[in-house]
Amino acid sequence: MNFDFDDDQKALQRAVREYLERESPLSECRRVLEGEARYSETVWRGAAEMGWLGTAIPERYGGAGLGALELALVAEEVGRALAPIPFASSIYLVSEALLQLGSEAQKERYLPQLAAGTCIGAFALQEGPGHGNGQALATVLKDGAITGDKQPVLDGDVAGLYVVACRVGDQPRLALVGAGEGVKATPVACIDGSRALARLQLSGAQAELLGDGGDAAAIEHLLDRAATLMAFEQLGGADQAFAITREYVLDRYVFGRPVGSFQAIKHRLADLFVDISLARSNSYYAAWALAGSADELPVAAAAARAAASDAFDLAASEMVHMHGGIGFTWEADAQLFYKRAKLLALTLGSPTHWRDRLTLRLARESAA
Amino acid sequence: MDFEDTREEAEFRAECRAWLEANASERAPGSEVGMSARDNETVERAQAWQAKKADAGWACITWPREYGGRGATRIQGSIWNQEEARFETPPNLFLIGQGMLGPTLMAHGTEAQQTRYLEKMLRGEEIWCQLFSEPGAGSDLAALRTRAEQDGDAWVINGQKIWTTGAQYSRWGMIVTRTSPGAVKHKGITYFIVDMHAPGVEVRPIKQINGGSSFNEVFFSDVRVPAENMIGRVNEGWRGAITTLMNERAAIGGGGMGGGVDTLVRLAQQVPIDGRPALEDAGVRQRIARLYIRQRGVQLAGLRSLTALSRGETPGPDLSIGKLVGAPLRQEMAAFALELLGPMGAVDDDAVGDRLWQQAYLGAPGGRIAGGTDEIMRNIISERVLGLPPETRVDKHVAFEDVPTGRKS
Ligand SMILES: Cc1cc2nc3c(=O)[nH]c(=O)nc-3n(C[C@H](O)[C@H](O)[C@H](O)COP(=O)(O)OP(=O)(O)OC[C@H]3O[C@@H](n4cnc5c(N)ncnc54)[C@H](O)[C@@H]3O)c2cc1C
Repeated sequence: MNFDFDDDQKALQRAVREYLERESPLSECRRVLEGEARYSETVWRGAAEMGWLGTAIPERYGGAGLGALELALVAEEVGRALAPIPFASSIYLVSEALLQLGSEAQKERYLPQLAAGTCIGAFALQEGPGHGNGQALATVLKDGAITGDKQPVLDGDVAGLYVVACRVGDQPRLALVGAGEGVKATPVACIDGSRALARLQLSGAQAELLGDGGDAAAIEHLLDRAATLMAFEQLGGADQAFAITREYVLDRYVFGRPVGSFQAIKHRLADLFVDISLARSNSYYAAWALAGSADELPVAAAAARAAASDAFDLAASEMVHMHGGIGFTWEADAQLFYKRAKLLALTLGSPTHWRDRLTLRLARESAA
Repeated sequence: MDFEDTREEAEFRAECRAWLEANASERAPGSEVGMSARDNETVERAQAWQAKKADAGWACITWPREYGGRGATRIQGSIWNQEEARFETPPNLFLIGQGMLGPTLMAHGTEAQQTRYLEKMLRGEEIWCQLFSEPGAGSDLAALRTRAEQDGDAWVINGQKIWTTGAQYSRWGMIVTRTSPGAVKHKGITYFIVDMHAPGVEVRPIKQINGGSSFNEVFFSDVRVPAENMIGRVNEGWRGAITTLMNERAAIGGGGMGGGVDTLVRLAQQVPIDGRPALEDAGVRQRIARLYIRQRGVQLAGLRSLTALSRGETPGPDLSIGKLVGAPLRQEMAAFALELLGPMGAVDDDAVGDRLWQQAYLGAPGGRIAGGTDEIMRNIISERVLGLPPETRVDKHVAFEDVPTGRKS
């Protein structure tokens, strides 16, 4: 038994952290939020050059050939920096989908581009409000042509490759769609303006099944994998929101004392620290299950994802609140965390949705 | 990272299990190990089980060999605990001694004290109690007033302790006393080993919310304690007391979650809401998921700090969150189980059911108070772990005798 990352993994994490502290400070997130750019091309290029995009992609497809544990740690640092890059879409979702389900030809064709960052992937599941898990989709693939209306698609308007959840007949399947005729991605404004959301309209676009197309279970498994990695991105964000808030309450004086000396504040920060710590423990377990393809993944991923979503959400809202008036301004960085936390919590389905899955899965285990 | 046993760990686990299978029967799902005894017969059963373990080398396995342990690693200790928890065993009446006072003696006791007391403690031959709290000193333990005064080569103790778990069947106690009331609060305290059978010690059980009497009042009238029973030096007892308290949080933090979430899930599959299993209710599922995340989270956090400890790192913050999460969680879980049972949740009758959740509900508030309340845990985490400023103190530079303590009416 060993419940920690090893020294090489920690060294990788440190390297990613140091690089992002330098190249992707919060001002970079703000630059994307306030400007025209849909993501940070410099950070994206840097991540590609450092080899992080291909962390878990085998070497024969142009990756670094490391595993899910290493990728989880990179994700944590991307989250800590609030890096404004399409990492989750391209890596935890599209690259993972190709690795899990893609045919050899598809892997050979797309994975090297994804690892090099020259192609950005996006995962198109949702079809409007509510929670999608691949059931009852309106998007249809027939005779190599796909038609449907997907919204929202994270990083949809910057992607060149889509993994689209659709149906063939009445069976849920995953399809690969490239940019081209019949593919229209329109930017939609996002609650977190540092990230790109889009509507993807497919009208008879050319499409192929991803491998044999998978099924409902395969889609659910993919979401579990992505949820685990996303949990690490959320943990990173939560940790950083917490650290900045802690420093602020030590630095700011009211009634002749630091804000952080009042018990109402101390106890809430203690509770927040505990929540983050519990989310971290659940996430480590899920990462282990992910790396080893353990049977424990469905329960572990749902627990990690729900816990990390709630922890980041709470960290970000406490961050705004404990900064007082300045926390509510556009100028302060608290807004960056508040918005990113909510975007990440909603992407891949809300914490409520994951909690529901969690209990259903526990019940399934208990019946087995 | 690997949550599975290594080959050596698996072998060790098999060894533990083999001995347990030969000597105990498997525990019924949902039931949990008790921590107190209602009668002498139970005390004797608990002692017999402890002696049996000691004879086979399974008592306090992480203790050094010189005190009767097997010098096992912390991970092995945790494997043993996991395995033992799967078997039906008498209540553990030794936790206060073995988990808290023993380690204090190892750190601060004299060699003579270690030789005299530790092995009998390990074997369960002598049960120990912790004489810390007083009517006017709980969270603010250093407000204690029980006096110890030197008389020749002995010390004479006068005063009252309260909430003393297991005092009624303890052979020895570890008591913190005031020896220098003119000094500031934390500086005038001395720590002793006291014979619970000595003349002048009177134990009176206190009846609790749950009807049991695991804790007591203990009165001391001119109780003589030989000087050799002092732990550490005169007026420096606070250091030893802190060692005890740190071990207490570690010892009770991860403890007992018998009626855990898996039991709750089974309950929700059985009890109906409007004719359908409660589990089909989305609100029920939300609550179970929240409870599970916390229960699993503390379990895993405990395992994580085990990894850190076994690498020789100092105990991490994860150790201190166990109690703060675990105790309220037990209470919430029990309350929710009673809700699922509906009006039947109010039935606390052996003739009708197992009373598992009713007893858990009635016992749970104690867990949030004993060993440092929720609020004290939050103070500790925010100050020691997060580095936030300590509470504003009005008693810091004042002689203890001038500090107000206890209730004012
Ligand atoms: C089941 C049980 C077993 C026990 N066993 C033992 C034992 O074996 N030996 C022993 O010595 N003691 C034992 N105790 C006593 C226990 O350690 C004390 O009850 C506990 O430390 C609280 O002290 P108190 O009862 O004096 O409450 P108080 O300290 O008076 O607390 C009252 C309330 O005030 C709050 N409070 C106190 N200080 C602060 C603060 N600084 N900030 C915010 N809130 C605060 C508390 O959280 C609590 O809610 C046991 C208690 C229980 C319930």
